[in-house]
Amino acid sequence: MYVAVKGGERAIENAHRLLAHERRGDRDVPEVSLSQISEQLSLGVDRVMTEGSLYDRELAALAIKQARGDMIEAIFLVRAFRATLPRFGATEPVDTGAMRVRRRISSTFKDVPGGQILGPTFDYTHRLLDPQLAEGFSPEAPALGEASTAATPRVTDILGRDGLIEPSPVADAGTPVGDLTREPLSFPADRDLRLQNLARADEGFLLALGYSSQRGYGRNHPFAGEIRFGEVEVEFVAEDAGFAVPLGAIAMTECQMVNQFKGSATEAPCFTRGYGLAFGQSERKTMSMALVDRSLHARDLGEEVTAPAQDEEFVMSHSDNVQATGFVEHLKLPHYVDFQSELGLLRKLRKEFSEATEAPPMQEAAE
Amino acid sequence: MNAPTYNFAYLDEQTKRMIRRAILKAIAIPGYQVPFASREMPMPYGWGTGGVQVTAAILGPEDVLKVIDQGSDDTTNAISIRKFFGKTAGVATTTATSDATVIQTRHRIPEAALHGGQILVYQVPIPEPLRFLEPRETETRRMHALGEYGLMHVKLYEDIARFGHIATAYAYPVKVNARYVMDPSPTPKFDNPKMDNCPALQLFGAGREKRIYAIPPHTNVVSLDFEDHPFTRYRFDAPCALCGADDSYLDEIVTDDKGSRMFVCSDTDYCESRQLAGHRGSESAAPHKERAHG
Amino acid sequence: MTTVAELPAGFADKVLSAQSTFRSVMDAMARPGTVQRITAVAGTPAAMMRGTAAFALTLFDHDTPIWLDERMSETSEVTKWLKFHTSAPVIADSAVSSFALIGHPRELASLDRFAFGSNEYPDRSTTLILQVESLTQGPAIGLRGPGIDGQAILQAMIQPPDLFERLEVNVSLFPRGIDVVLVHDDAIVAIPRTTRLVPRGG
Repeated sequence: MYVAVKGGERAIENAHRLLAHERRGDRDVPEVSLSQISEQLSLGVDRVMTEGSLYDRELAALAIKQARGDMIEAIFLVRAFRATLPRFGATEPVDTGAMRVRRRISSTFKDVPGGQILGPTFDYTHRLLDPQLAEGFSPEAPALGEASTAATPRVTDILGRDGLIEPSPVADAGTPVGDLTREPLSFPADRDLRLQNLARADEGFLLALGYSSQRGYGRNHPFAGEIRFGEVEVEFVAEDAGFAVPLGAIAMTECQMVNQFKGSATEAPCFTRGYGLAFGQSERKTMSMALVDRSLHARDLGEEVTAPAQDEEFVMSHSDNVQATGFVEHLKLPHYVDFQSELGLLRKLRKEFSEATEAPPMQEAAE
Repeated sequence: MNAPTYNFAYLDEQTKRMIRRAILKAIAIPGYQVPFASREMPMPYGWGTGGVQVTAAILGPEDVLKVIDQGSDDTTNAISIRKFFGKTAGVATTTATSDATVIQTRHRIPEAALHGGQILVYQVPIPEPLRFLEPRETETRRMHALGEYGLMHVKLYEDIARFGHIATAYAYPVKVNARYVMDPSPTPKFDNPKMDNCPALQLFGAGREKRIYAIPPHTNVVSLDFEDHPFTRYRFDAPCALCGADDSYLDEIVTDDKGSRMFVCSDTDYCESRQLAGHRGSESAAPHKERAHG
Repeated sequence: MTTVAELPAGFADKVLSAQSTFRSVMDAMARPGTVQRITAVAGTPAAMMRGTAAFALTLFDHDTPIWLDERMSETSEVTKWLKFHTSAPVIADSAVSSFALIGHPRELASLDRFAFGSNEYPDRSTTLILQVESLTQGPAIGLRGPGIDGQAILQAMIQPPDLFERLEVNVSLFPRGIDVVLVHDDAIVAIPRTTRLVPRGG
């Protein structure tokens, strides 16, 4: 006697309960607070805001907590929430040249106007596990200095003044900036959509692609012209008001790569650009993004497209980790029906195969 | 904190308008995949987000919704989606095929014939039937534009050369209204003939791939084949062990590790309705049913 | 100048009215030639029939450029009403419009002034909304095609009188083409690009 498996509804409820229990962990250990996540796991929060496409530290912290620290799950939670938000319009472009810089380095010039500012970075830490941090550690207060009033112009602007680097494309006020969350993507895609796709893209995917370009799969000789991190003002022009209203400041990281030059019989040679921008302090992300942005320029620059990082359809179709994880993980869902169909076909083919091979040699095989 | 609040059937009105416009175009151009700006849904891509968005855009308070996965109302993903709409739209749900006005499905078409008042919404993972032959969207779009489907016929023919049969058992490509080659979603090819001249409207949603397509009612749908290798349905040649049906698609259940198997209807509503009507198979037990609502 | 307060109202219940209207429109499109009713109630500018107004409130927004014929743009009321309730841009170039509202179909411009879409993207076409004299009385028109079980008979008084001859362009251009929604009062009938006229006596 056979009784079909039932009770899925209760199984789901119980699974959710168990998940909540596991998420909380040992109840003797104090619960982690959102402000602890936001303050002490801040780079994780930055990544979730960037790839989740939503600047809200508190919600990103909640997502990380809810996702038990699974970053892609947290990004997914933020995206799903973002998708339901009403859209009032687009802000004015942020002026990263006017950024209140907390960190700013250039690898192309020893010194630049406004100076090199090392800021909070892992770069020259020795990667030795620090037992002091395990508990109760109170770090020294940071060294304070006089805030500089000097402007910190972008290195690429300095190069641009002499025409040494291709001009940054000028925004056309009449052409609205594309938005791949509102309009389905079609190929070839313009740079606005490429940059949006890369800004939302999985950091690991971009890192690997950027790395592959450095190793010769579409090499483009990059220099880190500048990486800067700090606060920028966000302004919004409400149609009724007719002027820009400040919305506040957000933390951003910008990376401008200076790459292999181009030129022709009719055009003086100049460097080319690769651009990366992300919320919070996200240096690896913006550097990788800038490398891939430059690689995706290949078509516009008339370069031969040979490497994965140069292939816009390949990069843009596979960069989104929420899409990728969904489709990879959907293999967990039942596929009994299609598998059964495949099984039936395979059995039939095998049966015919064995009949054919056991048959007298004169008979033709199944062709 | 911005405490989240959600609209009827979850989607905001702007998103619904965008999807509704895509649905109208899809109906007007049968089998053509209309690009749409698929939203992030509160369930993973690949788990029915396209079907859910289509359902959310059409669903009204008077609808009666049925959700099936692998033909069954009781698989976890079907339950999860049914609960989602019960919660966000407050619609009545059912497991009875004939009572439903909207049926969202993954991988099956119900056994019971559909009627004109019904809409069948398919969840689609890869909407492009040519994708496995040509990975580039730019190329496949051109092929559809020109109606140039030679590549597909070559693939099917290569199967015949190698195996003696067309080696596609599910997601078997069809031609709609004598123009577009279309992926029916990963339904077993057993279900393909049900799409032809079907009185119900069939809508297909692919969330991750951002495409919506449709087959209007009473539209010609032909499974691709060759004159000397005509399309054939496949079902395991046995009656259902529970209801005795000999015309339904069967799931294979492995009952021990010694090679014992039994075959039962994949469409649970069909099977249970038959058992309630007194039909019995070799392994019948009284059906034990978990109803979603009432 | 009309103020916002003087404009006819939109839907009382935006969400459910849009849903029920959409289902009527979808049913019409899925079953060409059948008469579907719009039940949702909304205010209408003088030049607009109820069905047209409900259609607009349901499907127009800032992503859908709208073209208006002379009748619809005689006064600025329709433009203002559309702008206020739907945010849809009203444009002068019919060739890039998503929807065209035709209040005076006798004067319907040549169809090639509208968008047919491309072979790659046949969906990027204009949908025409034609306000007609009757969708229940008039000469019988036999229709066939996807969505129709055999043949559908539409009894209607439609302008322009050669509408179906003009729509034959859909045969040669397919998958490019023009989809049409006919409106009379609260009744709508859709003629998607796949619908063909059954020859008389045929």
